[in-house]
Amino acid sequence: MKPWFAVVVWIGALLAGQFCTPGAHGHELSGYIEGEMRFFPNAPLFDGQQNNNASLALQPEYYHELKSGSSFTFVPFVRLDSADSRRTHADIRELNFLYLAERWELTVGIDKVFWGVTEFHHLVDIINQTDLVEALDAEQKLGQPMVHLSVPADWGTLDFFILPWFREMTFPGPGGRLRPGPLVDTDHPVYESPAEQSHLDFALRYSGTIGNTDFGIYHFSGTGREPGFLPAVTPAGGLVLRPFYQIIQQTGLDLQTVAGQWLWKLEALHRSGQGPAFFAATGGFEYTFVAVGDTAMDVGLLAEYAYDERGNRAGTFYQNDAMFGLRLTANDAASSEVLIGAILDLENRTKLISIQGSRRIGDRVKLTIDAGFFVDPDPQDILFDLRRDDFLRLQLAVFF
Amino acid sequence: MAIAKEADRRDSGFRDFTADMRMVLKNRHGQESVRAIRIRTLEVADDGDKSLTIFDNPRDIKGTAFLSYTHKSGDDDQWLYLPALKRVKRISSRNKSGSFVGSEFSYEDIASQEIEKYTYKWLRDETYNGQDCFVFARYPLDKRNSGYRRQVIWMDKAAYRVLKIDYYDRKNSLLKTLTAGDYHQYRGKFWRAHKMEMINHQNGKSTQLIWSNFRFGVGLKARDFNRNSLKRAR
Repeated sequence: MKPWFAVVVWIGALLAGQFCTPGAHGHELSGYIEGEMRFFPNAPLFDGQQNNNASLALQPEYYHELKSGSSFTFVPFVRLDSADSRRTHADIRELNFLYLAERWELTVGIDKVFWGVTEFHHLVDIINQTDLVEALDAEQKLGQPMVHLSVPADWGTLDFFILPWFREMTFPGPGGRLRPGPLVDTDHPVYESPAEQSHLDFALRYSGTIGNTDFGIYHFSGTGREPGFLPAVTPAGGLVLRPFYQIIQQTGLDLQTVAGQWLWKLEALHRSGQGPAFFAATGGFEYTFVAVGDTAMDVGLLAEYAYDERGNRAGTFYQNDAMFGLRLTANDAASSEVLIGAILDLENRTKLISIQGSRRIGDRVKLTIDAGFFVDPDPQDILFDLRRDDFLRLQLAVFF
Repeated sequence: MAIAKEADRRDSGFRDFTADMRMVLKNRHGQESVRAIRIRTLEVADDGDKSLTIFDNPRDIKGTAFLSYTHKSGDDDQWLYLPALKRVKRISSRNKSGSFVGSEFSYEDIASQEIEKYTYKWLRDETYNGQDCFVFARYPLDKRNSGYRRQVIWMDKAAYRVLKIDYYDRKNSLLKTLTAGDYHQYRGKFWRAHKMEMINHQNGKSTQLIWSNFRFGVGLKARDFNRNSLKRAR
């Protein structure tokens, strides 16, 4: 854990220098506490898995801004889960100092960076590791230690990243649902690089806007975030999967263009270093009908497609899939919203249906209900082990 | 047209300003819901304004920010930043008639009002609330995407301030009325209403805007209105 320590000390030193100077421009504590219940109506497939779980998560956020506009941010996260010991976890989502100069910005510490444009499959996003125990949609990320220099200019923005410490993907434990049969042995990962987690990773990105199009192109060199899996036998004789992290070279592209009510999106990447080099892409459109009928409701239609040259060897279920979505935005005071999604595998009959609805209650409380259904998972499909894991999830978050 | 041009001329040259806004949404039963918003605007020579809108309340959307580049001709550019995912989404500026965050203001009502986006017709002179006013109609050029057939505007002759707007929907029936008041003058020139109220006659809802902390000439630059500043807005 040495590099972590070094980064923290570095931030500490920077802060000591900055905060002792007069002119502090205000600070703020915000965040949320969230209760969650997940119900799995079908009996579990694997030993140890439970039918329901209750969970509590807390994510406070401390923000301190200096008069110069530079700022310090600290966002810890902790979750307690009744069923899955690995879902009970803590993370530092953010702990960074942002130095704002006239022509550039420097972030040092732990931060979160998102790249991408599509709704379903976040293909090109790579800086932060996925906190998979949080949710299957892979949208929750672990904090990533970094030195990030951003240079915005008239001709676009250049971003340089030095990533000194690698974060391993989280996976459900024995008690958890939504996992493969053999447990992922997160205690014994395998690294291609002898430097293991302290391998220095780099990324360079150029992004900008030309007319109606936003674009981003990047190259990443370092430990691939998406692991391969090596079957292994435990001393007790059980089968486990050891995550295997390899050094990859990845070039990625993201585009989004607006044409009237149409929003077109494309993400593509080329990766080498994990077996044969391959190409993957995802893209599609979003079309919004505004103020439908005589109501304030907006109706958005989404259609996307995902392709991965690796086919069934891909570590993702998006290898040749079509995705469709319907988004209803009520535009009411409670910000009520419903998103219905379907992911259809075009090579077998596997389908994943999801429904998510949310609304605000009063000023500080938000209720989210979502459900996922695994329909006809094919024995060849990565989702086959999840065939009894249809779920209903209720989340009630109080913001402060 | 001459009236609108004069009003625009009188309000140009402000360079930039920041302000706080409380948005009070009221439904037909009188239930209220409050939004706290900060606004930063930069005047752009020979084009529409750039503006950044930051949400502080309700807390679940805190840090959400909306960046808009208005253009005198063609579609505006708009981006939305969602802090939970750290994601910048491009949004279609054709959604003009869509509700702005659940309020009775639509995107086209809150956008910078460029004179090039309408044609005008003087109707009459009239006294409104004891003030001598021009009353004129304006017709959106973008007929396909605007939610309105026409708007009728009451503007005082003394200082060219908008006092009232009647909005007529595409079927030409009265949809909403905006009243603006509690005007303050800044820098000896620019008038800003501190109270606005939009009443929707068709659904019985209303939205009040209470403005405060106007500051002009704070030295905002183009770099305060790019995608980096959208992401770190808070």
